[in-house]
Amino acid sequence: MATLEVEKKIEDLIVKIDELKSFSKEQDIDLSSEIKVLEDKLHNMQSTVYENLTAWDKLSLAKLMERPTALDYIQKIFDNFIELHGDRGYADDASIVGGVAFLGGIPVTIIGQQKGRNTKENIKRNFGMPHPEGYRKALRLMKQAEKFKRPVICFVDTPGAFCGIGAEERGQGEAIAVNLMEMSALNTPTISIFIGEGGSGGALALAVSDEVWMLEHSVYSILSPEGFASILWKDSSRAKEAAGIMKITAQDLKSFGIIDKVLKEPLGGAHKDADKMASTIKESLLQAVPKLLSKSSKDLLEERYNKFRKMGEFSE
Amino acid sequence: MLNTFFKKKKYITVSSTAMEAAGTPKSAPAVKVEEDGEQKPNIPSGMWIKCTGCGQTLYKPDLEEALMTCQFCNAHFRMSAQERIKSILDEGSFQELDKNMISVNPLNYPDYEAKLENLSKSTDINEAVVTGLGKINDLELIIAVMDSRFMMGSMGSAVGEKLTRAVEKATEMRLPIVIFTASGGARMQEGIFSLMQMAKVSAAVARHSEAGLLYITVLTDPTTGGVTASFAMLGDIILSEPNALIGFAGRRVIEQTIKQKLPEEFQKAEFLLDHGFVDNIVHRKKLKETIGILLMMHKEGK
Repeated sequence: MATLEVEKKIEDLIVKIDELKSFSKEQDIDLSSEIKVLEDKLHNMQSTVYENLTAWDKLSLAKLMERPTALDYIQKIFDNFIELHGDRGYADDASIVGGVAFLGGIPVTIIGQQKGRNTKENIKRNFGMPHPEGYRKALRLMKQAEKFKRPVICFVDTPGAFCGIGAEERGQGEAIAVNLMEMSALNTPTISIFIGEGGSGGALALAVSDEVWMLEHSVYSILSPEGFASILWKDSSRAKEAAGIMKITAQDLKSFGIIDKVLKEPLGGAHKDADKMASTIKESLLQAVPKLLSKSSKDLLEERYNKFRKMGEFSE
Repeated sequence: MLNTFFKKKKYITVSSTAMEAAGTPKSAPAVKVEEDGEQKPNIPSGMWIKCTGCGQTLYKPDLEEALMTCQFCNAHFRMSAQERIKSILDEGSFQELDKNMISVNPLNYPDYEAKLENLSKSTDINEAVVTGLGKINDLELIIAVMDSRFMMGSMGSAVGEKLTRAVEKATEMRLPIVIFTASGGARMQEGIFSLMQMAKVSAAVARHSEAGLLYITVLTDPTTGGVTASFAMLGDIILSEPNALIGFAGRRVIEQTIKQKLPEEFQKAEFLLDHGFVDNIVHRKKLKETIGILLMMHKEGK
C-alpha cells in the first residue's frame, strides 16, 4: 500500500513487474532479462526515494498507524517484561507504558509512549498523548531504576503532551518540568529512542538522556508543524511548508548535535520489517548499555550535563 | 435619524484623585465625548491608560507610582524588565550579566534578525530576559527578569543561555536566585534549539538545588508553554501575581481539542493556587517585602 505520494511510482512499477511475471508464466515466454532490468530499476528507485524523503514525508511515515509502537519493540527486544502501572498519586496513564525486563541478561527499566495500533486502542492510549500522571509514572519508574542502578530505556513516540482541562488542573507543565530536572541528574544510565513522533516538551520529558537516538524516519520538533504554522503565520494549512523550515528530521538533528545517533530503518520504513528494526535497536543497546554502566556516576552525570549545556546558538 | 436626539451622552470616567494629581481642579468639566467619537477628547497621548480590568481611566504617573497596578481593581499591568528590577532591588544594586548576548538565526527563519533588531531598539533590552546580581534589603541575590515586550518573552537559545549562566553563577557564588517569568513559551523561530533550552536551564536548576540553595520563581502575566514546563515550575517557592495567566497549553489549543469554551478563571494564578501549583499569590506592592523575608529566612552562615 502506497502511503506517501513518492511511493506511488514504486507501487506502479511493482504492479508492472508482477504483471510481466504472470504473463511470462501463463504464456510460457522467457522474459527474465526484461524482468531483471525492471527489478534493478525498482531497487534503485526505492533507495533514492527513501533516502530523499522530505520532512513532510517522514512525518507522514512517523505517524503511520502500521508503524511499530513501543510495546512492539519491547516484546521483540527484551525478555521477561513485567509492566508496572500507575503514578501512585492519581491514575494509570495508558499512553505511557513502563516496567522492568532483561536486555540480554541485564535488568533494565523501560518506559515508552504508547500509541494505539487501531482506533479502539488509540482511544484508550489517548493517541500517545500523556497526561501529567503519565509523566509522573515515568518519573516514579526512573527513580526506582536509580535506586537499583538499572539503566533506563525510553521509547519516545508522541504528538505532544495532552492539552485539556484535566491536564492543566493536574499540572502538565509542572509534571514535565520536574521530569526535565530529575532526568538531568538521574544517577543511572539513560537512553532515549525516538521511534515515531517526538512532539515538543511532551517528548523532551522522556529524553534528557545520556544517549538520544532517532530511527531514520522519525521526527522531533518544538511543536507540530500545524501548530507552528498556526502560531507564526496564523494559518495551520501551511503545515507542509513549516515542516520544511523547522528541521525536524533525524538527519537534521544529528547534524545540529541535538541527538547522538540515527538508526537505519528497513527499506520503506520500520513498519515494513519490524523484526529487523527491533534487532538493529537491540544491537545498539547491547553495545551502549554496558559502556554506560561502566562509567562512574560522576563522569556519567558530568557528561550528560555538558551535552545539554552546549545546546543553543547565540552571539555575544 | 431621530435616534441621534435621544442618545445618551457618554462621559469618560476620570478618578478625582487622578485629576487632582494631574493638577486639574475638581470643578473642571469632564471631557465630553460624542457617541461616535466625532469629537475625540483632548487628552495628551500616553498620559491616560484605560484599565483592562475595570475599565477605569488611569493617570499614567499614578499608575507608575502604584507599580503598574490599578488603584481601583488591583489589576496588575505587565511590566518591563527595567521597571521590575527597579521595583524589586535596592536602588543602585543591580549589576547586569551578559547584557550583550543576542540571538542568532540557526534555522534561517525569514526576517528573524530584523525583528530582533527592531525589538531591541524599541524595548532597550537585547533579549527577552535580563539577568544580573543585585540586593534586596541588603541581601545579595541573582535575579532574572523576563520581558513580555520582547517577542512575548519567548525563550530561544540566548534566553536559555543567559538563564543557565545566571543559575550557574548563583550556584558558584552560593546565592539564591529569583526568576520573574513572563513568557509565551519556547521561541518557535529557533525550533528545536529553543526546546533544548528547557532541558539546559532545568539541569542548571537541579545543580543549584543539589547545592542546597534557594530558588524562587515569581510567575507573572503571562507564563505559559515551555517556560511553565521547565524552570517556572521548579522553584522551591513559587509565587505569582494576582490574576496572571499561567498554563501549559494555550487557551485556543485546549478549546479546539475539547471543543468547548473554557471558563474565564481557567489558567489564572488563583486557579493554580486552588489546584496546588502555586505557593502564594502576592500583590506587586508586597513582592519586595515578601521576597526579602524569604531571603532572610534562607540566609547562609548566620
